[in-house]
Amino acid sequence: MRDVTSILPLHVDGVCFAAAGRNLVDAASFSVPPGGLTVLLGPNGAGKSLMLRLCHGLLRPSAGAVRWASGAGGRAKRHAMVFQKPIMLRRSVEANIAHALAAAGHSGPERRSRGREALARFGLSDRATQAARLLSGGEQQRLAIARAWALRPELLFLDEPTSQLDPAATRQIEELLAGLVAEGITVMMSTHDLGQARRLADRVLFLHRGRLIEDAPAESFFAGPRAAEARAFLAGELIW
Amino acid sequence: MDLAAIFQAAFALVVGLDPAFLAIVSLSLQVTLTAVLIAGLVGLPLGAALALARFRGRSVVIVVLNALMGLPPVVAGLMVFLALSRSGPLGSLGLLFSPSAMIVAQVILVLPIVIALTRQTVEDLWIEYRDHLRSVGLDGARAIPTLLFDGRFALATALLAGFGRASAEVGAVLIVGGNIAGYTRTMTTTITLETSKGDLPLALGLGLVLIALTLAINAVAFGASRIGARYAG
Repeated sequence: MRDVTSILPLHVDGVCFAAAGRNLVDAASFSVPPGGLTVLLGPNGAGKSLMLRLCHGLLRPSAGAVRWASGAGGRAKRHAMVFQKPIMLRRSVEANIAHALAAAGHSGPERRSRGREALARFGLSDRATQAARLLSGGEQQRLAIARAWALRPELLFLDEPTSQLDPAATRQIEELLAGLVAEGITVMMSTHDLGQARRLADRVLFLHRGRLIEDAPAESFFAGPRAAEARAFLAGELIW
Repeated sequence: MDLAAIFQAAFALVVGLDPAFLAIVSLSLQVTLTAVLIAGLVGLPLGAALALARFRGRSVVIVVLNALMGLPPVVAGLMVFLALSRSGPLGSLGLLFSPSAMIVAQVILVLPIVIALTRQTVEDLWIEYRDHLRSVGLDGARAIPTLLFDGRFALATALLAGFGRASAEVGAVLIVGGNIAGYTRTMTTTITLETSKGDLPLALGLGLVLIALTLAINAVAFGASRIGARYAG
């Protein structure tokens, strides 16, 4: 089904991102091997969102490099991203998916079959012809994930995907993400929600003021983080 | 002739489908629709490109375009007249006092409206869509078709605004068309001429058609935004 060579692991080597003379992301280095769900954890303003954008290629690092195991360039780049506030085109639900597939260079029949598959997979088949922007917030985020899934990414980035949703919709999205991981898609998401991180993470990257403070398996991170900032964050103390 | 008789005569002209009357209405529509079509073909992509491009002097271009939306039609007419007159740079084309000259003048009036409103619409959409479009690999010029399509309802209103301006103006078509009977006589130039001559029924009949046209444009514009809200959100 997929190309033989994987784009993973992703290597982030000493990546910095500077704006107005300040390093908002400061010399971060880590790798993402295939499989599992990695959570970027940290308070607001820690640089989580920037880190995801740097990895996805929406931003260029001012120093350091983001490298993929094999070429992730070209039109179908095999990693996709879902944003905090779902970005819905002013078209129907199915047309939103077809548009992303067309942008990735897929033919008409391919767009239709993959679109139908994605709608069925995410329970949106009965919404296919509705205007995407008139869906509820939870359904919009589900469509955003379905649209990304239709591109068959090996790695899916999600930037605070549930921060604008109510608890029921949040639960639904979390179940859905667990399903994606079970399907073999590598997921990397940011959150400042500790409960969510506990429920979902296999691995935690803890960021604070643009620096990667701790990189640990979720179990050991939540059992007792090594870094003082991470302990303070887990204890609910304000650290920004 | 009292007022009631004038209205009656005007009404008879409109519903009687008088051939000379219809010829004037039809020429007006042909000139204006052609001008709007050309302005749309040129202005939509240009406005979208201006929305996405970043270059020195961009703000100056935007301010000038916004100012040109209020360009007095007589001035546009004068510019085209000077360009097309026998001693002008395009005089050899022999276009002066022809429907083509009127189309050129109206394109000049409509184009700034289309470009400026397209620029605004597309720029707002780009800010909203930027992350997603870049994520799926549509950046720069490759994003333009998506942005124009998704702005379709607002852009339809921009074209209708252009149509409204062109169909209502008299100064430009009068100067470059010359108001030649049966050739370059439009609704607005006929109203000007016939009112001063005293043929009030013809002037009033055309006036009624123009009012109906304006109403129709606004109804369509209103409908477009309602449909947009309903189907596109």
